[in-house]
Amino acid sequence: MTCNTRIMATLSALVLLLAAMAAIVPGRTAAASSTPVEDWQALTERAKGQTVYWNAWGGDTVINAYIDWVAARVKEQFDVTVEHVKLTDTGSAVARVVAEKAAGRSAGGSIDLIWINGENFAAMKRNGLLYGPFAEMLPNFRYVDVAEKPSTILDFTVPTDGFESPWGMAHFIFMYDRDVLASPPKSAVRLLDWARTHPGRFTYPQPPDFVGTSFLKQALLELATDRDRLLRPVGDDFEATTAPLWAYLDELRPHLWRGGKNYPESSTRLRRMLDDREVDIAMAFNPATASNDIANGLLPKSTRTFIFDAGTLSNSHFVAIPFNASAREGAMVVANFLISPEAQLHKQDPAVWGDFTVLDVAALPVEERARFRHLKLGPATLTPEELTPSLPEPHPSWVGALEAEWQRRYGH
Amino acid sequence: MTAVQRRGGLLRFVPPFTLALFLGPLFAGLLWTLGPAFGYLPALGGERLSLAPWQALFAYPGLGNAVGLSLGTGLTATLLSVAIVTALFAHWHDSRLIARLRRLIAPLLSVPHAALAFGLAFLIAPSGWLFRLFWAPLAGPVPPDLTIVQDPLGLALIGGLVLKEVPFLFLIMLAASGQTATAGQVAQARGFGYGKARAWCAVAFPQLYPQLRLPVFAVLTYAMSTVDMAIILGPATPPPLAVLLVRWFNDPDLAFRFQASAGAILQLLLVAGTVLLWLGAERVIVRAARRRLMAGRRGGTGRFGAMLSAGTAITVFGTATAGLATMALWAGAGRWRYPDPLPSDWSLDAAVRHGPALGGHVATTAGIAIAAAGAALVLALASLEAGQRRTTANANGGRGLVLLYLPLLVPQVAFLFGIQILLVQAGADGTWPAVAWSHLLFVLPYVFLALGGAYRDLDPRYFRTGLALGRSPAALFWRLRLPLLLRPILVAGAIGIAVSVGEYLPTLFAGAGRVTTVTTEAVGLAAGGDRRLIGLYAVVQMILPGLAFLAALIIPAWCFRRRRGMRTAA
Repeated sequence: MTCNTRIMATLSALVLLLAAMAAIVPGRTAAASSTPVEDWQALTERAKGQTVYWNAWGGDTVINAYIDWVAARVKEQFDVTVEHVKLTDTGSAVARVVAEKAAGRSAGGSIDLIWINGENFAAMKRNGLLYGPFAEMLPNFRYVDVAEKPSTILDFTVPTDGFESPWGMAHFIFMYDRDVLASPPKSAVRLLDWARTHPGRFTYPQPPDFVGTSFLKQALLELATDRDRLLRPVGDDFEATTAPLWAYLDELRPHLWRGGKNYPESSTRLRRMLDDREVDIAMAFNPATASNDIANGLLPKSTRTFIFDAGTLSNSHFVAIPFNASAREGAMVVANFLISPEAQLHKQDPAVWGDFTVLDVAALPVEERARFRHLKLGPATLTPEELTPSLPEPHPSWVGALEAEWQRRYGH
Repeated sequence: MTAVQRRGGLLRFVPPFTLALFLGPLFAGLLWTLGPAFGYLPALGGERLSLAPWQALFAYPGLGNAVGLSLGTGLTATLLSVAIVTALFAHWHDSRLIARLRRLIAPLLSVPHAALAFGLAFLIAPSGWLFRLFWAPLAGPVPPDLTIVQDPLGLALIGGLVLKEVPFLFLIMLAASGQTATAGQVAQARGFGYGKARAWCAVAFPQLYPQLRLPVFAVLTYAMSTVDMAIILGPATPPPLAVLLVRWFNDPDLAFRFQASAGAILQLLLVAGTVLLWLGAERVIVRAARRRLMAGRRGGTGRFGAMLSAGTAITVFGTATAGLATMALWAGAGRWRYPDPLPSDWSLDAAVRHGPALGGHVATTAGIAIAAAGAALVLALASLEAGQRRTTANANGGRGLVLLYLPLLVPQVAFLFGIQILLVQAGADGTWPAVAWSHLLFVLPYVFLALGGAYRDLDPRYFRTGLALGRSPAALFWRLRLPLLLRPILVAGAIGIAVSVGEYLPTLFAGAGRVTTVTTEAVGLAAGGDRRLIGLYAVVQMILPGLAFLAALIIPAWCFRRRRGMRTAA
């Protein structure tokens, strides 16, 4: 009995102590400092021997292998070690930075580099969780095609302001098995007609999966009366602007896989369903996905891709450095390497990844230009010309609003 | 005070130390959830207390359904698991069926929930193995558009939970019935003409149930707050509450964290309420049962019940094993498309490509698991020994140690964010000792659970004899108790290793993404949906604890190869 009381006393004392500790922890608002990068040479010197923990989605073997290649090259050239932290969700890395900020750790953070774009970037930038600006100070940034590829500096319409450095270009594509489906429906309206005659053969990933949300945006861009309205933040006219989308989805829903009562949780799950013949159309936000899956034995060789005739949603993906990164210099060396002609060329090789370059190929030295020109496409990948016109991403505030409305209508 | 007690020395401080190591961080973690739940999180600009997070939470469309699903699936799965195990023991407690099922148990205990869920999903889905085997030959290459997994009522989720929890409760029941001298009493009751099942229910079950209660609550908590199983098997429109919480915690819109914290508190209250409800129901049942028992009805042979209970249990064990078998098949598959009944070509590509990286992860995983299970064994043994020496009458190591089970009874999402902040403040996150410690939170209760009964029920007369012969309690501990308990200690250690290997969220939070175990890697790769990789990792996840269980079988057998009396000691 005495033992119990003693235990309880120790415990309560401890809890009180911890409570006090938790209460006094200062919620420092560490604004992103912007020390100018004096000299790239000096910076690479300081980066030597650093280990860069790169938090990047780890669900794709092809991309993981490319990151391994980057790690080897960067080690060789700059003596910087790269550790790939494989995420299931970029949000979990954002959450970790938030926890570190809450705990008052403004240096020595656990993340040095994040693969990021869109609303994750907008949220981190808004909350002062990023280091920068740094992108325009990277020597290789001069090759980036900011004129013809404006999404390299406008991430979902939000100016990057140098707080993230571009890495690759992405396009929203649909995939199908041409042995099963002779002529795929190449617009939102035709897709609805097709779904009516093929009930249960189409679905999309459940928002807030980003490919699922992208499908909503893709459809909205085609159906909206004023497409340009989407480039500005959401306002009171959300209902009026998005009404055509909901009318469309209401009509589509009964003809979806499982009667629209269930949705696959991700686009990767949807691709497995295409392979298993549960559906006839899948989608992804990477034009090389189908070719990669064919090469890996995950989709049949007869898989092909298509986009809507009115154009397809396009964006860039980036790398950013948290405000409290431990290996800031190392992270910048990696970011710079990622936009080197060497790294971009290797990345666009369909045998490696097939991700399109952010660089202005025409402005590259002759030799590199030629090597880019000689790159082939994967069997199911559309050419950059076929992937036009590209539709710019709506302002990131539409993402949350569309997801919330989708949840209200179909999510429960 | 007796001489024995004084000689207890430092041991006395072990139980309070253990508790402080555990509950301090747990409560601190909860505080860090409670704050944001009421709008307080300065890092994100939440400086003032408010009820806004709760308003946002309750305004979320589908919240009611999500809560209902958590309750319904969690409670149903727990009740079913308890019923299946109880019925099995009632009818078959003295038969070889139990011993046979026991052999299947190690892989089922050691496989993580997610791997089992993948296995089950692939088994029963409309494009899954059963349909490939039996439906495709008749109906052609297109799978039917049927809702089997992710059904709106959560039946598939309940099934998955039952598959995983029945073996666990089976083990607990087995351990409990090994310790209490119920066999003779049941035989006596049968001598009075009671049927087999009724005799067991009337005499043995009331004595065994107290040892089952905490594990049942752990099962209930897990079932109500599972994330990994629910994502694979559960409905998604809406998903159970816990899935929503993780989604909110990871939402790019950081304002969602306030609502997520409020939701985590709601989840905690939900679990606490259900546990109270369960305790209330126990009383009602006891009262009703007592009257029926007093009536003295003998019950029949119960042949129907026996068949039913054996059938259900065999189905459960068989389905789980078949699910795991599909994972093993996938690990070696090259291409396996619907409607092929077996992979159309075989390839060890996945294993070869991931072999080198896998080796490192296996080493990290094993190191952490061994450290956590080892520390748990030391703490559990020291706490139990301290309790034992204090008094032989009240030998459960102080009732305060019941609090050790709290980490199992509190949903993980409710306190892991806070623990992460604590570790960051201590500068210890991202190191493997931090990960091992976070695992210890969950490993120790299970080790304690597995070891406590055996420890308490060791015949105290050995020690009285030893003391009478002039040996110190310390000497008796090393020379008598440890050897006598070698098998349960090793089994407890193996369970601890299994628990550690399967931990995902704690590894992620404490490891800051810098400590990669087989399980974090598996979950990361599973996002790609490549079943060959998922299968490969599931196999590795099974092998690691499997080896520990194997060691728990072999080592005592070898140590006691010349001692007949020790061979049967459980």
